[in-house]
Amino acid sequence: MKRLLSWLAVLAFASIPLWLNDPYLLNACITTGIFIIAAMSLNLLLGYTGQLSLGHVAFFGIGAYVSALTSLGFDVELFGGIRVVHQPWPVWTGFVLAVVIAGICGYLVGKLSFRVRGAYFVIVTISFAEVVRLVALNWVELTQGPLALTSIPPFTLGLPGLGFFELYGKIANFYLVLVVGLVCYVVISRLTKSRVGRAMVALKENESLAVSVGIDVTRYLILAAVTSAGIAGAAGSLYAHYLRIIDPDVFMFLYTVTMVIMVITGGKGTLAGPIVGGLIFGFIPVIARSFATPELQWILYGALMILIVFVLPQGIVPAIERWFSVTDKDEGRAKLEPVK
Amino acid sequence: MDEFLQHIVNMLILGGTYALLGIGLTLIFGIMRVVNFAHGELYTFGAYFVYLASAVLGLNFFLSLVVALAFGCMLGAAIEFLLLRPMRGADIDTTMIVMIGAMIVMQNTEQYVWGGVAKSVSTPFGESTLVIGPVSVAWLRVFVFCAALALIAGSYLLINRTKLGKAMRATFQDRDTASLMGVNIQFIYMATFAIGSSLAAAAGALLGPVYVISPRMGDIASLKAFAIAILGGLGSIGGATIGGFILAFAEELGAGYISSGYRDAMGFLIIILVLMFKPTGLFARSERIG
Repeated sequence: MKRLLSWLAVLAFASIPLWLNDPYLLNACITTGIFIIAAMSLNLLLGYTGQLSLGHVAFFGIGAYVSALTSLGFDVELFGGIRVVHQPWPVWTGFVLAVVIAGICGYLVGKLSFRVRGAYFVIVTISFAEVVRLVALNWVELTQGPLALTSIPPFTLGLPGLGFFELYGKIANFYLVLVVGLVCYVVISRLTKSRVGRAMVALKENESLAVSVGIDVTRYLILAAVTSAGIAGAAGSLYAHYLRIIDPDVFMFLYTVTMVIMVITGGKGTLAGPIVGGLIFGFIPVIARSFATPELQWILYGALMILIVFVLPQGIVPAIERWFSVTDKDEGRAKLEPVK
Repeated sequence: MDEFLQHIVNMLILGGTYALLGIGLTLIFGIMRVVNFAHGELYTFGAYFVYLASAVLGLNFFLSLVVALAFGCMLGAAIEFLLLRPMRGADIDTTMIVMIGAMIVMQNTEQYVWGGVAKSVSTPFGESTLVIGPVSVAWLRVFVFCAALALIAGSYLLINRTKLGKAMRATFQDRDTASLMGVNIQFIYMATFAIGSSLAAAAGALLGPVYVISPRMGDIASLKAFAIAILGGLGSIGGATIGGFILAFAEELGAGYISSGYRDAMGFLIIILVLMFKPTGLFARSERIG
């Protein structure tokens, strides 16, 4: 039943470009898709291990910059006059490097920030994102600073016997995002249903108890951080090669907030949560822009955030599941907090 | 050497207002366990209140500062009543998200009401400067420094010498016992948030006329307040005071001797270093954080 529903959802998403001809809406679908991937990666940390990382946009931005710079090439002089010249590489290597380097950053940040919990953890992660943003803004030689990196090449697709295609258009990018999103979904779903996922949920529920039964808390937290950062890096890479221009604004705090609210609205610790929340918050601007100025849209957005936490603190997906009580046993959903 | 002296003077002046920001945040966190993401917006509102009172309503500059302080206090009490009171007992992450929502609403309200163009406030001090040897400093800044010191001293007296302060300290130490001893916890929470907010508004009201006032000024102020509070140890008022000056010192030296582009990075580097080497902050009592 559950499996059938998932396949129907995939088919429904895949059919969108067939009947949707409005380029603006298709664009909204693609960027929403990219943010859903980022939100899924955040859900691994926030929903399964219970750590609220408010610096997640750093990995997204690092992925975008790594991927763009790999495919564009650069020429910088480091301290001591060492000159580093990089010739442009194919775009797919940029994608792989984005995942790898974002993952390495996830490892380093995890090592540093999992020494602390709660408010301290949140503030370390924000600080990290802000430092990265300031570097992107000020290291003009590498990143062009506020002038932005432009003419980033699009992804190419090699088909055997048919040659290479550049994925320029919106439809091509839509399917690309859909495929990457599916892969990420499968990775996260496999991970959370495995022993590792159960260990993560255990340490979220009760850290001291998890330690006492022999779960190496820091190891699992770092594993979650690396996977999560890698996926966010992949989303960043998609973003860079779709928009084909990026500036230090990709590190905006509000992007992290968007990812967090997508996860919370949909339901943290559920596989479908980030997708449901992502669709809602991805399309609110599309609807709101018809009747509100940008400031009013943001006011609405903030008010909605507060309202959701007040009314649906567990998110939509758990609420629907409780309504229909279709919770099957091995869907990998994290156990929710006990009812207060 | 002269340049260094100038940096020291700048540091003192900036440090006073930073300390105000940090004290407000650390007070709210220590007593209420709320990470106040709207702190920077209260700071911005403080600056806009001064603009409103002095440039629009035509009040005296000093009176406008008092008005800004009072409005900051009321705004804080309103936020506490509307947003935080229903969230009592929720975990820290949940209140954080509510406060982020409040931050987004407040920032865009400023943008909506006053527009994106930066405003400036004229003061009775004009352009006159105080020159001592190689160091020169505007009289406005001297006034800002003195006012900040007075407010810091005022909050110390409030917390250590009054009955309200005693109740606040009791709540900080043990909420349930304080409640059993007859302390009205709901009132203490509201008072704490209102006082913390008015300190943030005061910092904005004092620094606003020194620089310009724009809706985005609160972003960086919130993050600086976090840095100061972490440096001093969340919940430590003395720590926040010293932390404010340390952050100002690091920023001045960073901007003066490394690169002005990385001025704002100093706060974050401090946070990261403190949490690597002394996660409880420099002055706080030890507390379980990891």
